[in-house]
Amino acid sequence: MPEIVKLMQGNEACTMGALAAGLEFYAGYPITPSTEIAEMCSEELPKVGGRFIQMEDEIGSIAACIGASLTGKKSMTATSGPGFSLMQESIGYASLCEIPVVIINVQRMGPSTGMPTSPAQQDLMQARWGTHGDHAIIALAPGNVKECFELTFKAFLLSEKYRVPVIVLTDEVIGHMREKVVMPDPRTYKIPVRAMPVTPAGYKPYEADPDGGVPLMAPFGKGYRWHCTGLFHDEKGAPSGKASVAEALLHRLERKIEKNKAELVDYFAESLDDCDVAVVSFGSSAMAALSAVRKARAQGLKAGMLRIKTVWPFPDEAVRELTKTAHTIIVPEMNQGQMALEVERVVHGKAKVVKLGKVNGDLFRPEEVFEVLKEAF
Amino acid sequence: MAEVLDYFRKERLPSIWCPGCGHGTVTGALIRAIDKLGLDKNNIVMVSGIGCSSRAVGYLDFDTLHTTHGRAIAFATGVKLAKPNLKVIVMTGDGDCAAIGGNHFIHAARRNIDITTIVMNNNIYGMTSGQYSPTTPHGMLGTTAPYGNVEYAFDLCELAKAAGATYVARATSYHVTLLEELIEKALQNKGFSVVEAMTQCPTYFGRKNKIGGAVELLNWIKDGTINVKAAAALPPEKREGKILIGELHRSERPEYTASYLEMTSKVQRTYNDYKGGNRGCELNSD
Repeated sequence: MPEIVKLMQGNEACTMGALAAGLEFYAGYPITPSTEIAEMCSEELPKVGGRFIQMEDEIGSIAACIGASLTGKKSMTATSGPGFSLMQESIGYASLCEIPVVIINVQRMGPSTGMPTSPAQQDLMQARWGTHGDHAIIALAPGNVKECFELTFKAFLLSEKYRVPVIVLTDEVIGHMREKVVMPDPRTYKIPVRAMPVTPAGYKPYEADPDGGVPLMAPFGKGYRWHCTGLFHDEKGAPSGKASVAEALLHRLERKIEKNKAELVDYFAESLDDCDVAVVSFGSSAMAALSAVRKARAQGLKAGMLRIKTVWPFPDEAVRELTKTAHTIIVPEMNQGQMALEVERVVHGKAKVVKLGKVNGDLFRPEEVFEVLKEAF
Repeated sequence: MAEVLDYFRKERLPSIWCPGCGHGTVTGALIRAIDKLGLDKNNIVMVSGIGCSSRAVGYLDFDTLHTTHGRAIAFATGVKLAKPNLKVIVMTGDGDCAAIGGNHFIHAARRNIDITTIVMNNNIYGMTSGQYSPTTPHGMLGTTAPYGNVEYAFDLCELAKAAGATYVARATSYHVTLLEELIEKALQNKGFSVVEAMTQCPTYFGRKNKIGGAVELLNWIKDGTINVKAAAALPPEKREGKILIGELHRSERPEYTASYLEMTSKVQRTYNDYKGGNRGCELNSD
């Protein structure tokens, strides 16, 4: 089978990416602008022997996905702002219990019901800090339809490998926009495989290198008879109130991401080597931003573009690197400056950070970014 | 029969439950029912939420899943749909099941998904030290009902029945033999089964309401209940105010995962030679 070329929307591409990665279980609840993902999964999963269930709410959806993942199935849900809020508690559960699950959040204007059919990027911080407590998490932000396919596929790879919930942050425009997508020959896919123990004898469900190791995950129903709890637990899975146990577990979870940051960090860079002004953006805002950067270059202005694909963990090094040449960093985003906060933290005064937030449900137009960019020189 | 303790993670004992708590009695009845049916330990998944009752699963030697508050049935739904061959049992409490988890409870009943749910109803939030719950009787005391409960209690069995559960029964930690027998039947029902196990919380419910300790509470439970068969022979005034125990409802209805798999196999037959041209199917065809 050769590569597959199709015209498709972002939501479709996310679903295709998930199916390509071997999606076996989807639980979800209807919500604009993500619903096409549920609709496609309900149609496609039965064909490949998978399962789809429409749960009574988003709380139940994430819970069912985690339950299915515990039996060894690759599981996913998709939602938007209000539903993402409802899922937060159990995302923390999956993080502490180290259960792979992929959550697609097709962002819309908030807070509250907001503007359901308008794009936004206001859940960047919620993706990182939405659930209570310090926790390990990964979030990826596709910048176009093709990346919806690629990064959803990658979300499964990372989720299964690191036993961590992975959030795919798209938005209403990327979700509904149609583009040509060239998908590689399915036979060439490296399907994510979860590392499993070989025998129940002596199995300890949370035994791993204390410095960021990932324990082997036994599927339920195979004789391992292990205990999974959202209480802090020792390597045998037994609940523990000991300070040393809690500290070691939280440390390992944090190190699991931090230690592997080099593999996790992913971004698109253009014209950065000699740039005086850098634009840092993600998702659909970055489309307009890139046009603005190219226009500036065409006029002889040394502008550069960093489009972040792995938003969490945040690519500190790549952003810090910008200050070697850039005196100003502009951060266009469809929120009131959430990514700009991270950029400010990282550059720590070594460059001027210009917040370019847009929160009216409209996309950036290239000229809007270009105007700000031009002024920065 | 194997020793009851063979079903326990002995190293995790003693339990966190207070002296006189009824949850151990209910857990014991469940274990004896499992043993009597000869169910395979490796094929059982026990799921619970948050609260005193939900701690039960941590002591049991199965695959066990101690989840978030109220969500046990939703997690269990994922387990069961993903692997329908597994025997999925939910252990929950009145707050976990009927308050925060009420929505999942009625929808699991509506789907008639093959999950056996044991609700340990002690009429109080024990873990958080005695607040009133959706099953605290009207007028009784809790730490958040210091002047008597203004609200009225759910009848969990009527709720389950109305929502579509195909096996519904109630027993108590006083009527242990009956409880064991009903759990055994619930485990054999192919569909959503609910056994409400009325149980005592001497520490908070008994003390706050000045009923007394475990013995007095067990007597209070005994005096407040009547077997559904005995009740049928009594005039209405003699049944007044009594809670029915025994098998309360049984019906036949297609089970959710079986129906889903039936649909799936039909779809797969139709798309057997499907080779692309539409959406994602081709990606998994080889």
